[in-house]
Amino acid sequence: MAGIDIEGLATVYPNGVRAVDGLDLTVADGEFFALLGPSGCGKTTLLRTIAGLESATEGTVRIDSADVTRLEPGKRGVAMVFQDYALFPHMTVSENITYPLKVRRVAASTRADVAERTSAELSLHGLLERRPGQLSGGQQQRVALARAIASEGKVLLLDEPLSNLDARLRLEARTFLKKLQKDLGITTVFVTHDQAEALALADRIAVMQDGKLRQLGSPREVFARPTNTFVANFIGSTPMNLVPGVVAATPGDGRPVDGSSHGSAMGAVSLAGGSLPAATVSVPVGAEVTVGIRPEYLTLSTGDVSGPSLRGTVVVAENLGTMSLVSVDCDGTLIGVTVPEEDEPAPGTPVVLTAPAQRVLLYDKESGELLARQPAVVG
Amino acid sequence: MATASPPVPGRPARVRRPAQDVAGLGIGRAVGFLAPALLLIGAFLVFPAIWTIYIGITNYRLTGVEAVSPSIVGLANYTRALNDALFHNALWLTLLFVLGSAIIGQNILGFALAWTMRRARPAVRRTVEALVLLAWILPSTVVAYLWIAFFDRDTGTLNSILGTQGTAWLIDYPMVCLVLFNTWRGTAFSMMLYSSALQAVPPSQLESARMVGASGWQTLRDIVFPHIRGHVLTNTLLISLWTANDFSPFLLTKGGPNHESETVPVYIYNVALQGGELGYSSAISFLLLIANLLVALLYLRLLRRRS
Amino acid sequence: MTPAYVVRRIGFYTVICAITLFFAVPMLWIASAPFDASPGLGVRWPDWTLENFRKTLSHPYALHSMVNSLLICVTTAVAVTAFAALASYALSRVRIPGRDALLYGLLLLSSVVTGTAAMVPIFVMMFQLGLIDSRFGVALVMTGGLLPAAIFILKDFVDAVPKSYEESARVFGASTLQILRDVVLPVARPGLATIMVWAFVNAWGNFLVPFLLIRSIEKQPGAVLLQTFTDEGGSANLAVIPVFSLLFSIPVVVLYLLVNSRYGFRFHGGIKS
Repeated sequence: MAGIDIEGLATVYPNGVRAVDGLDLTVADGEFFALLGPSGCGKTTLLRTIAGLESATEGTVRIDSADVTRLEPGKRGVAMVFQDYALFPHMTVSENITYPLKVRRVAASTRADVAERTSAELSLHGLLERRPGQLSGGQQQRVALARAIASEGKVLLLDEPLSNLDARLRLEARTFLKKLQKDLGITTVFVTHDQAEALALADRIAVMQDGKLRQLGSPREVFARPTNTFVANFIGSTPMNLVPGVVAATPGDGRPVDGSSHGSAMGAVSLAGGSLPAATVSVPVGAEVTVGIRPEYLTLSTGDVSGPSLRGTVVVAENLGTMSLVSVDCDGTLIGVTVPEEDEPAPGTPVVLTAPAQRVLLYDKESGELLARQPAVVG
Repeated sequence: MATASPPVPGRPARVRRPAQDVAGLGIGRAVGFLAPALLLIGAFLVFPAIWTIYIGITNYRLTGVEAVSPSIVGLANYTRALNDALFHNALWLTLLFVLGSAIIGQNILGFALAWTMRRARPAVRRTVEALVLLAWILPSTVVAYLWIAFFDRDTGTLNSILGTQGTAWLIDYPMVCLVLFNTWRGTAFSMMLYSSALQAVPPSQLESARMVGASGWQTLRDIVFPHIRGHVLTNTLLISLWTANDFSPFLLTKGGPNHESETVPVYIYNVALQGGELGYSSAISFLLLIANLLVALLYLRLLRRRS
Repeated sequence: MTPAYVVRRIGFYTVICAITLFFAVPMLWIASAPFDASPGLGVRWPDWTLENFRKTLSHPYALHSMVNSLLICVTTAVAVTAFAALASYALSRVRIPGRDALLYGLLLLSSVVTGTAAMVPIFVMMFQLGLIDSRFGVALVMTGGLLPAAIFILKDFVDAVPKSYEESARVFGASTLQILRDVVLPVARPGLATIMVWAFVNAWGNFLVPFLLIRSIEKQPGAVLLQTFTDEGGSANLAVIPVFSLLFSIPVVVLYLLVNSRYGFRFHGGIKS
């Protein structure tokens, strides 16, 4: 088992495109690590550079503290599962699983044992003599995983492991994959464009854009406290509300906000015709910012509310299963808020929206970077 | 284990990279893979094409003094070709051959088949296509003999059908025979090509035409032809090229009687191996190569533009 | 069911009939004459007999020429497949400098340098190399002629094979040889089989090259021998010609059916048998 260290990595294509642009990151031993981002962000290039299928133009890759940057793909001790599984169609399941061992000229009897063992671990009983073409999508994926496990690599790389499965199967496979990695304890890096998948599976996520690392953190950090508007936009099944606002008060300045003398211990920010509490410690009053608040963290009420709040009228409500996403028109801006399905208000209802200060994030209007020393999310 | 080397920031790594292709072949071995094929192609395609230029400016012959020590005669062979009535004859006959059997015959028949077979019952379609394809894949010597039998003066099937016993078609109307023969032989290619081209015409457009009551002919003219115009042109170029280079007329008539069906390929053969004039026939071959090259370049340019 | 509709249907079927007859009738002779006790050049209901077959099989050169054809065509097919496979793999997977120019050149070559255009220099070349009257020489020339198109067809095929097979094997530590042997070759088998058959069929029907290069009758392949039969001064040997034509055609038709049922008909470039 091994960690991965990447320093100053850059991969430049002959046409000048910097697919990976000066990346530094470390994957801890036994960690389930996600590379997340939109297509073209360089995550697959990064994965393939770790595998050795693409050569880095600058920087180093270390696996288990050894520099593998110039090393042949086959000699890095890496096991990889491709997006299309790459199961050799002319070999049986057993032969596929043990191919890495055959390459190393391991004896046939040992190979047979390994095939038995790994197929049992991955519920592939009785399928050993079949060809990949005779397997279902889920079975093919497990064979590909079995092959990777049988190769006894130090590091496991997965390229979009779930994207080839249908939606229902995907969820089952997700749980299966997480448990498998936990049981094996092998350092795993996987690439995905599906943020829900990354949030569900990973111990830590690297969000990438245009070859650069935009944020590195645990799923909780990345979800509740995105460090820039790109990450804020990308993460979350329901889009974060990102609205222009102006800092109205800083903590302790006692300035009344919204006509209320509720002097804020925190600061407050004006937006969409109202205001919300926010930690505005190092941002001066009057500064223009982009305010970020997740629909899940807003509270909707029909009665009256004291303190900084947003007022508006319900425009539409979308059913999301156990929750509803309600779009509220606040002074011309549409703000989304999720409510439990039983509390879904009718369109046209006047409502009030509030939020706790630590969930309200302030971003620089130009750069989109997170502003202010705001208390870290606990838990 | 790899030796740990300190990272050099900013320096592009160019030293001793593992081979970039998926199997790790590397450029060196890849060139090695190419070598045998390129060697054979060089020896039997490229070299002859170039050498024909050289032979074409000599008076090399099969027998006699010029066989042992040919001398360079410059452009004499080419000027001779300019004035050679038999060569002009061959050119004219080849033009007729290409026009009749390729540009008109195979094209129209191939398209007609593709168009009518679209809505035919599967059994009918399969039978017709099988017959047409059989005509294509039978060896050329066999096909030639089939048509010699068909055209025979005394007992040939054509005369039996038409009731014109005693007409020696191959003697009296050799070009007609050749055109019929080659149309029969080569239609399969045009049929398959137009078949797939027609499949690419969006069905929704054809249906829209039907909804507004367009007749079959109008649909063909207004909807289908604009879509397949490119294919018509490239197909015509290709089959014309093949037909102009086709040696099969030799199998039917040997160019006779009396040069009446001596297309350029047959003419080249007769001049070279019957007449023994290797230098002169090389010059003509070279002219043919140039013509082929022009047509091929045009064809490739059109293909590229279309894709 | 308007009258116009009926007329159109009748017209349609008439056209179909006419075309079908046009294609079928000339072929009928080869179905009837081989079995006819007194074969003529016309088509008639045969006077059934297998005597012609016996005569053909005992003809001094008939069967022998088929063996010659077999020798030449198998050599050509194997050589074309092997060399084209190597070349097309390299061209497909490796970014060789000048690759695009090479491919364009090959495409041009296959269309421009036809048997007819190269007839004279090939003859002279083989004459000076002393390879006249050599079946091996014929195979060489045909291989060279078929290679460009073969490379094209196979390259298309290899391009369509997902690279992840080879990459997967490579990440698991397989050497280049292991990758080619264990992964590429088995997956490419259908394409290789198709090319082998295609080359064989093209070589089998090729008249010009052996006609040009082979002098002695015992080395003639079937394509040329058939032509020789028809040249025999006086009456053509009608007992043998139809049978020989039939026998000579069978391998080609069978192979075509085999390949077609699996992979569909393929047309490419400037190669026509």
